[in-house]
Amino acid sequence: MSLNELSEVARLFMTPIAIGLMLVGLFFLFVAAVGVLRLPDVFTRSHAVSLTDSLGTLFLLGGLALYQGFSTNLVKILIVLVLLYLLNPVIAHATVRAALRSGLKPWTREDA
Amino acid sequence: MSIFCLFVLITITLLIGVYLYRVLRGPTVFDRVLGLNGISTKAIILLVVMGTFYDRVDMFVDISTGYALLNLVGSLAIAKYLEERREVF
Repeated sequence: MSLNELSEVARLFMTPIAIGLMLVGLFFLFVAAVGVLRLPDVFTRSHAVSLTDSLGTLFLLGGLALYQGFSTNLVKILIVLVLLYLLNPVIAHATVRAALRSGLKPWTREDA
Repeated sequence: MSIFCLFVLITITLLIGVYLYRVLRGPTVFDRVLGLNGISTKAIILLVVMGTFYDRVDMFVDISTGYALLNLVGSLAIAKYLEERREVF
């Protein structure tokens, strides 16, 4: 069996796993969208935007990287994933700190 | 896989509508910034999935890297500006 056929077999084997991972990622992205729509204020919504969104991105881009097989494309997708994981918390933290310092009161149970 | 990529593309585009609602209707300006951050994350995923759909991942991934860096610079600039001004509207 040549190397090319081996890579074909690997791709056939990896495609269902990739599709499953991407479906899990889509589920997390959907949960994040529901959170953005339903949660009461900035501080709670930032959880939906930063945490759940990052988890969904991890699963979706991980599935896509698995589907690429062993190539430079896999490394590039992983670089984008690492970049997102570095940048997303920084942006969420900066926004929420700006909100807190400009005097926005966090939501409590009494406000409901 | 091509049909599944199309399904993912359509679903993420529908999810962007939710974030767009938050950008348009958000009570404070910080909600709008968070919504824009969510939209740009979705755009990065959308570009990579689009690259898989067209079989040109090597090209689309570079665009999405640039988009991620632009998102960082823009969001940090807006957040720092709002932090210095210290008023809610």
